[in-house]
Amino acid sequence: MSEEATVNVQVDGTWIQVPKGTRMIEACKQAAAEVPHYCYHPKLTSPGNCRMCLVEMGMPPRPAPGEEPELDKDGHAKIGWMPRPVIACANTVAEGMGIRTDSPLTRECREGVMEFLLINHPLDCPICDQAGECTLQEYSVEHGKGESRFLENKVKKPKSVEIGPRIRLDDERCVLCSRCVRFTREVVDDDVLGFVDRGSHNVLTVHPDRPLANNYSLNTVDICPVGALTSEDFRFQMRVWFMRETESICTGCARGCNTLIGSREGKIYRQTPRENNDVNSAWMCDEGRLGFHYLNSDARLTEPLVKDGAGHRPIDWPEAIRRAAEGLAKYRGGGLAVVASGRMTNEELYLARTLAETLGAAAVDIVKREGEGDGYLVHADKNPNTAGARAVLKLRSPGSKLKAIKKGIEDGSIKALLVLGENLLKAGFEEGTLKNLKFLVSSHLLANPTAKLSHVVLPGAGFAEKRGSMVNATGRLQRLNKAVEPPGDAREDWETLQDLNRAVDGLDGVGEIADVFAEMAERVSAFKGMSLSKIGGGGVHLIDTDERVPLLEREAERVREGLIVG
Amino acid sequence: MEVSAELEAKADEYIGHYPDDQRRSASLPLLHLLQQEFGHIGEDGVRWVADKLGLEPINVLELVTFYPGLRQKAPGKYHIRVCRTLSCAMAGCHETMDKICQVAGIDRSGVTHHDPIAISEDGKFSIEFAECLASCGTGPVCLVGDDFHEGVTPEAVGELLEKYD
Repeated sequence: MSEEATVNVQVDGTWIQVPKGTRMIEACKQAAAEVPHYCYHPKLTSPGNCRMCLVEMGMPPRPAPGEEPELDKDGHAKIGWMPRPVIACANTVAEGMGIRTDSPLTRECREGVMEFLLINHPLDCPICDQAGECTLQEYSVEHGKGESRFLENKVKKPKSVEIGPRIRLDDERCVLCSRCVRFTREVVDDDVLGFVDRGSHNVLTVHPDRPLANNYSLNTVDICPVGALTSEDFRFQMRVWFMRETESICTGCARGCNTLIGSREGKIYRQTPRENNDVNSAWMCDEGRLGFHYLNSDARLTEPLVKDGAGHRPIDWPEAIRRAAEGLAKYRGGGLAVVASGRMTNEELYLARTLAETLGAAAVDIVKREGEGDGYLVHADKNPNTAGARAVLKLRSPGSKLKAIKKGIEDGSIKALLVLGENLLKAGFEEGTLKNLKFLVSSHLLANPTAKLSHVVLPGAGFAEKRGSMVNATGRLQRLNKAVEPPGDAREDWETLQDLNRAVDGLDGVGEIADVFAEMAERVSAFKGMSLSKIGGGGVHLIDTDERVPLLEREAERVREGLIVG
Repeated sequence: MEVSAELEAKADEYIGHYPDDQRRSASLPLLHLLQQEFGHIGEDGVRWVADKLGLEPINVLELVTFYPGLRQKAPGKYHIRVCRTLSCAMAGCHETMDKICQVAGIDRSGVTHHDPIAISEDGKFSIEFAECLASCGTGPVCLVGDDFHEGVTPEAVGELLEKYD
């Protein structure tokens, strides 16, 4: 819309220019005058049913024939204010329009709407999950009356209703904004939510035959402005104001949805989508969102282990690094291979590459992880960083060398193997093959059969426990940030790889992860000119691909049709 | 719920009144059709309409629960709807209601917003309050099935119910 004409709009006395067709509520936002709202969401259609965004509006009166319009001191036509308010969410601006977001009329409207909304709302904020991030709570303070004139009994509605496998609904808290209904209908084409009954008995529900079970259902919890829709996974786990939110990305597939990781005292409690209009809009799939629980698993490896008879015993890090490096160095020059992972960060992959180069590894590859895409956000490639691995490890066809590695182990030409974050028994290798190896060192998050066969096991850090960068399916370079510390003595993998590099090449290596990135940027052409800090919160486009994000394509279509703001 | 070929044909005819991409418009006609045929719209009725129009069942359930005129519970042989809007209320419709219940043997104590219909023990009569039946000058008024009755004072109730058997 940038090419199109702009219009002059006065917001709270200040004139601004906004593109023609801008919603009044968005114009106010640009003028830093936030208009409270419940039902309005820029990614969804605007039914205008909550009435919270009522503002005072005016237009210049049409001058009588032969008369010039009266001008104010700024040279704009004077505004004739309308006696009644309008909703700012579904109306667009016009040339010379005036909007008052803080006039007595506007304030009175908000107070009235709040009073109605609170008539039947339960006073259960102390036990409500939404407390602390509830717009009803916030607007009550900012725009409410502070007291109720309502003496009658509140209407009783269904509470704690299981409307889907991951969602629990409290109808008494619902303000009937219909954001969830519109989300399931418009964004994920699963029109299962609706309002039944009428008047003060009006409730949100699903038909018993069709629960809210789609893979995007938890987004309704995010957009619910109140505590009506709650996540089965998160409810009653943690008060939101205790959590620290860390910007990161989901590593469940090659989409790389932007996220916020909510954690407290070293434990992750939830993951929510963070808006990025080049990646995931404002949404993420349930599978990815809930895919962090393994980080809290009891099967996490928390200290380096060395093979001792049939089992393993813990050793300290310097000893583990020494043994691993020595064991690998023994087969320098073609006698070893490296199986890395598409779940590793670029920095880790780069350090794996330098290690392989120093040792003269016969082959370096990653394990492919193919699944199914869903035509929305979920990508068929379940590795979050295949594109990064392609660039850093110079892989033309990721996973294609595994067969040769397997054959090499079987015929005895490959005697040592470094496995990074992959369970090879799930990647086409058999136990017998791995037993053929003279030396096997692997790093893992969780105990698994490959770890069990390894001579040295190095405990690694999960995606939320480290810094680093990845490249998603559309070629966007994005950053992981550390939300929590790895458990026990487990370390960030780039540190382990750096130590292995030092032990093998005898050099000092670099100091910090940013330096690893800097070195990588010098040596890998795709990263030229980039630095870890340049990536920023939203990532940067790095590699051109033909990939499109189906969900974003459809969103753009709805923006073009004027249905949503976007 | 068994749908006869006749009913099916009638439904298809209603659906044919609307453009193919707006089949949803036939929701209300189809619901009325079911209610005429079966006296009420049960769970399977909601599913049938949804299937017929390619809708989610919730879309139909929303309609059925929104309109008080659409019944979710099977009524008695004769269904009585007593107007309770202002004019009839002032003309004494609550006394009329009590009298009908007494004569027909209907217990309305279990009636709630979500379950507005009470049925006599013998299943002959069922009753509920309705909003304005559009005859404010002649209240209290009521509908028995599709028959409209005016001036139904408590005294007139006995004679009225005798007409139905």
